[in-house]
Amino acid sequence: MSHPENETPRSDGEKPAVGSGGTGGGGTATGTTEAPRPGAAPSGGGLTARLKDPRFQEKLLLGLTAPLLALATAFVLICLVMTATGQNPFQAFQSMFDYGTTERSQVWIVNKAIPYYLSAVAVAVGFRMNLFNIGVDGQYQVAAFFAAVVGGALTLSGVVQIPIILLTAMVVGALWAGIAGYLKAVRGVSEVITTIMLNSIGGALIGYFLHEGRLAERNQNIVHTPDIPESSFFFTIDTGNGAIYGTIVIAAAAGVAYWYLLGRTRFGFDLRAVGVSDSAAEASGVSVKRMVIVSMLVSGAIAGLVGMPTLLNDTGNFGNNFPSGIGFMGIAIALLGRNHPVGMALAALLWAFLERTGGHLNFVGYYQEIIGVMQGIIVLSVVISYELVRRWGLRRQQRIVGAELAARARKNDTVEGVA
Amino acid sequence: MKILYGMQKPDEGTIAAGGEQVSFGSPADAIARGIGMVHQHFMLADNLTVQENIVLGAEKLHGIGAAARRRITEISDAYGLGVRPDVLVEEIGVADRQRVEILKVLYRGARTLILDEPTAVLVPQEVDALFANLRELKAEGLTVIFISHKLGEVLSVADEITVIRRGTTVASVTPAETTPKQLAELMVGSELPVPETRESTVTDVPVLEVAGLHLSGTDADGVVREVLADIDFTIHRGEVMGIAGVEGNGQAELVEAIMGIRDPDGGRITVDGDDLSHASTRRRREHGIGYIPEDRHRHGLLLSAPLWENRMLGHVTERPNSRGQRLTLGDAKADTERIVREYDVRTPGINVTAASLSGGNQQKLIFGREMSHHPKVLIAAHPTRGVDVGAQAQIWDQIREARIEGLAVLLISADLDELIGLSDSLRVMYRGRLVADADPATITPEELGGAMTGETTGRLSGHDSTDTPADRPEQADPADQADPADQAGPADQAAPADPAEGTGDGPSSGTAQGGTA
Repeated sequence: MSHPENETPRSDGEKPAVGSGGTGGGGTATGTTEAPRPGAAPSGGGLTARLKDPRFQEKLLLGLTAPLLALATAFVLICLVMTATGQNPFQAFQSMFDYGTTERSQVWIVNKAIPYYLSAVAVAVGFRMNLFNIGVDGQYQVAAFFAAVVGGALTLSGVVQIPIILLTAMVVGALWAGIAGYLKAVRGVSEVITTIMLNSIGGALIGYFLHEGRLAERNQNIVHTPDIPESSFFFTIDTGNGAIYGTIVIAAAAGVAYWYLLGRTRFGFDLRAVGVSDSAAEASGVSVKRMVIVSMLVSGAIAGLVGMPTLLNDTGNFGNNFPSGIGFMGIAIALLGRNHPVGMALAALLWAFLERTGGHLNFVGYYQEIIGVMQGIIVLSVVISYELVRRWGLRRQQRIVGAELAARARKNDTVEGVA
Repeated sequence: MKILYGMQKPDEGTIAAGGEQVSFGSPADAIARGIGMVHQHFMLADNLTVQENIVLGAEKLHGIGAAARRRITEISDAYGLGVRPDVLVEEIGVADRQRVEILKVLYRGARTLILDEPTAVLVPQEVDALFANLRELKAEGLTVIFISHKLGEVLSVADEITVIRRGTTVASVTPAETTPKQLAELMVGSELPVPETRESTVTDVPVLEVAGLHLSGTDADGVVREVLADIDFTIHRGEVMGIAGVEGNGQAELVEAIMGIRDPDGGRITVDGDDLSHASTRRRREHGIGYIPEDRHRHGLLLSAPLWENRMLGHVTERPNSRGQRLTLGDAKADTERIVREYDVRTPGINVTAASLSGGNQQKLIFGREMSHHPKVLIAAHPTRGVDVGAQAQIWDQIREARIEGLAVLLISADLDELIGLSDSLRVMYRGRLVADADPATITPEELGGAMTGETTGRLSGHDSTDTPADRPEQADPADQADPADQAGPADQAAPADPAEGTGDGPSSGTAQGGTA
């Protein structure tokens, strides 16, 4: 009984070696046992060889279907909407493209994308463990406010003061989000509800302190916190067509940290395990409750940084004209970027591009609202097409696995028959 | 059952309803044919009224207004269900909810009712009331399929009994010509497997010691019930201890208490002398408790994650998965390749998702993962459930091998072949207590069946058992309950069904419903 079973791994070893044209030999040191495994094969071969590997083709197919489907759907839908409202979509696209790619626009887009990206990363941390942090908006505003207050009150040298401001923002953001995490873990209150409520409470809190004589001063119509000293401003990179905010390094660092933390650390594994199946994670030894609190703290800390590009590179204070709503954009961008560090960066740039060109469209005679429509259509097409492709891919994979094992079993039978 | 109700499609075979051959693609088809099912877990919306719940999804029949109410009252009166249409479901008790479920099915025109473990959530008086309702239905010409683990109930309510074991019909009998004992034998199988002759590897080094374990849980009604009580056992190096018992008698909770998923109210759990009674699950795993969960999809795997991530699950703090806080993905992947090879997991690669493997291969992966960390104790809950025969034999072989090397195993299973074939000692669990122990080499099916239904307790000797009071009624009559329950000594076959505290006062079989939450 057990004999033919033991044969199986050996007999299947021959098959991929034929299929992949001898790519497997390369990198794997363990030789005979390791090499035939199809999963390990691509590590050794070159690109052309990889392209011939059916498993790599499969991966490529799945990887490309979703974005292409999403783009095509979004494009068709936007064209339909614009045609229906009596606008020529192609001229509009042309105009957007021309304007959006000027150097000045590029700098504007990059600067705008920095807080968007940070916001998306903050949301994505929650998404990866099935937590919906809608409260990034409140978290970054409260954080930026107190960071601005601290920054305005101190006059230290920049090397000391900038880290203090950043740290204040992260701590305040983390605490604000932590309230929701605590309530979820201890009382079982849905984080969706609490974070939305905390957004309002945060607004009220800022409203209370942002008053002359409390923590703010008045400058004509703008009430704002005291300006942070010149030395506490972040550096900028001058391009000749405007300056790129130096806070882009914060966004890049956040992206790398996000990738490393989730993909390469035990903490990240635990977090993702909870996201995939909290019952399995619990049984594996993860304390789900603790994880809820910790991940909300992490999410909130990153959210705390969202206001920093504006504070440290632009306004230098928190006034009643401080940008709001970036937290909600983060949700759309995280969805669009599939929680992937690079994907979210592209999505943030796309969002900024659409905003930049939206104003311009209005200027050349189109409805500005079409940008909002585009953003909505893009998010929906992406989310829906990825979900469809994911399901299709899962079914396809199950079928392929089944077919391959059946083929292997047949082969086994014939071997048995001969023997 | 699921096939009858159209939730699953049969591979082959036929179903005939009303003399006509039918095939069901969905529950709606089944309902159209007059077959309705009352699930063990009620499917009611708490914040709607009884009437709204009944009408929900069947608005076409009598609308949602006065006509519907008339029909509901009509059915309710006809079968004596006593349903009040305007009460919110959240305000009524379990028994009433069950009647609402039954009414729901009748409202849809069912002539055949399937009741899945309907008494599991009821107290004895409610069980009697339910049986009265069922007799009413029967009198009106309806057919009732009553699925239960409880022999006494089946015998008292059914006209015809079909015993199903491991997916096949074992026997069809009538209650008039059968005794609980015979039924129990049919349930456990008349021929017990002979344990393979092998050398005992049991040593006298205790590994897992559980003493005085006690756990209480809150059921759906908010009543605190004893789930586990007075659990004492020791498993030594190289010993496999099997726990037999009808499912739902606390086995799952015992496993969860040992794994640290539930925190026990009292008692001690030690591994190798270290007290882990209240340690976290992770610490217990690091301490050498391997775990094969009962429900691998919910507790053992990340279905949508690749195999190599599943290999890390539960052991992410250990080599080769991580070093310090940092994951070592390369090592983990290489080790997954090894597990796939050594444990013969049939898969095209380690990057496919766990969901795309068959049940047997998923289980082999889990087993390989747990064994790769050289556990001192393995908690195996139904390790071969839903697994093909080849994988089953392989897992059994590997448990035997590990046992030779000194592994202590706690084996929980509903499969007696498995229990007797693998175990060095057997315990029987009933209503949250370990009521009997036995030697797998000498046990007889009658004894095991009796102990599993709570009829006998103590040491099951296996030899001089033929003269035991075979026709002892399943249902303890009130006089019996009043007796001071004799502490069942070893080899005492006549111990009463219920341990010392006879809390139930009804004539039917149940006292407290330990472990059926």
